[in-house]
Amino acid sequence: MTTATLPGRADLPRLIALMTGDDKHQAAAESTVDVLWVLYDRVLDITPETFREPGRDRFLLSKGHGPMAYYAVLTAKGFLDESELADWSSARSRLGHHPDRRRAPGVEISSGSLGHGLPIAVGTVLGLRIRGFGDAKVVTLVGDAELDEGSNHEAIALAGRLGLEQLTTVVVDNSSATHGWPGGIARRFAVEGWETRTVSGRDHEALYEAFTAPHPDRPLAVVATVEQKTTGEPKG
Amino acid sequence: MPTMRDTFVSTTEDILDTDPDVAVVLADITAAQLGSAALRHPGRVLNVGIREQLLVSAGAGLALAGIRPIVHTFSPFLVERAFEQIKLDLGHQDVGAVLVSYGGSYDMPAEGRTHQSPGDVALIDSLPGWAVHVPGHPEEARRLLLEAVPGDCRVYVRLSAQENAEPHLGAGLQTLRLGTRGVVLAVGPMLDRVLAATEGLDVTVLYTATVRPFDADGLRTAVTATGSTDVVLVEPYLAGTSTARVADALSATPHRILALGVLRDTEVRIYGEVGDHDLVHGLDADSIALSVKEFLDH
Repeated sequence: MTTATLPGRADLPRLIALMTGDDKHQAAAESTVDVLWVLYDRVLDITPETFREPGRDRFLLSKGHGPMAYYAVLTAKGFLDESELADWSSARSRLGHHPDRRRAPGVEISSGSLGHGLPIAVGTVLGLRIRGFGDAKVVTLVGDAELDEGSNHEAIALAGRLGLEQLTTVVVDNSSATHGWPGGIARRFAVEGWETRTVSGRDHEALYEAFTAPHPDRPLAVVATVEQKTTGEPKG
Repeated sequence: MPTMRDTFVSTTEDILDTDPDVAVVLADITAAQLGSAALRHPGRVLNVGIREQLLVSAGAGLALAGIRPIVHTFSPFLVERAFEQIKLDLGHQDVGAVLVSYGGSYDMPAEGRTHQSPGDVALIDSLPGWAVHVPGHPEEARRLLLEAVPGDCRVYVRLSAQENAEPHLGAGLQTLRLGTRGVVLAVGPMLDRVLAATEGLDVTVLYTATVRPFDADGLRTAVTATGSTDVVLVEPYLAGTSTARVADALSATPHRILALGVLRDTEVRIYGEVGDHDLVHGLDADSIALSVKEFLDH
């Protein structure tokens, strides 16, 4: 049984609890945990062994704050060691409040400032196309408040017009955008030509179906709705 | 004779024709001129529209996928509008790109302040690990572009409508005249006017099209050969952008520096011709001559 060597979904709350130094980000961390688990456990073909393969699937965490769930999932999947979680954000640790791709294995982009992951993901898909990796998935995770950043809308328009089927944006929607998105977040993607699916960000089967059902010749936006955020800044 | 912008187009076409791992990213500017290359290399000439944040971020994504990006638009839109993308998506991700701007400090003076970017080199200089080239002739631009593409370094190539009559294709600080009263370093398109300004003056004249990394050894060698520690820096962007580099190079020796360049403390709200702006900033040959003489005589 290999299951004895790696933690599973049930271990994520315990792994997250090891990282206690950033209480104010707790809500953000929890909002992404189910989405992250479904992606790494069932959707994306990424392992520590294949992480340097040029044609691998890629996950770009754009909403870099509140990364405890991300670190917990990377630990559960063997990229990180459980023993380093408790010491996170210290000067000795390679795990900070925002991930650094040059330091943490499994991390595709360094993030923190909002509105960078989706535009980078567009370029990554264009690069993978040039290199002949037309099947590799590129998934980026953004927050509903992160969509405030105009850079996202530059990327949404171009990706839709180019029909970047390899690209998936998952918007974890905890209703934290200050001015909201009247008519819904999915509309912002749909009008630009994206396939859109709005599902519960807690329902693993619905998330899996949303991530994996075909969307030929169109990029995919999955809006994963979770409980409304109740704490203060910073938002996601 | 082709301009630097013409040369950028023809050189980029040559690079695309020969290197399948290179892509050029555009934001409408120069897209028409690269139209035939786009037809020959679908997918490798990428025009994102008028979206400069995406321009730089898409370049970063290409680099993350293993493609060498050439990213191009006018200098204010490339460096100033998308500066955080340069800092984070290229620098912090630690991926390479060749950024190629056109427009210099005020190549399009009638367009006004929006199309002027005298601070571009200073901004790039605030980030670690960038090479900065300021060619003074189309042939230098071609050479520097061809040399920038291999590898995965971060390179900024600043193309301009201003140029010198002859190319100088050597590396580092090139000694064009040797004198005894001081060292005058001309950067890129400043050379011909510096040569005119110092005609008959007993000064060493150095030229470089590469300001980062700064050739500190070359400057020390020239200062020693000249026998004077008076240094005049003539840069086609913000005055004093390289003053700290000169001071660091000469830190073991008491020295004086005169830094000429685009005025820092005044926003020049005139239109007109490039020559009008040269006069305002004291970057015409006569003004440079006066500044150098006054500096050396006091």
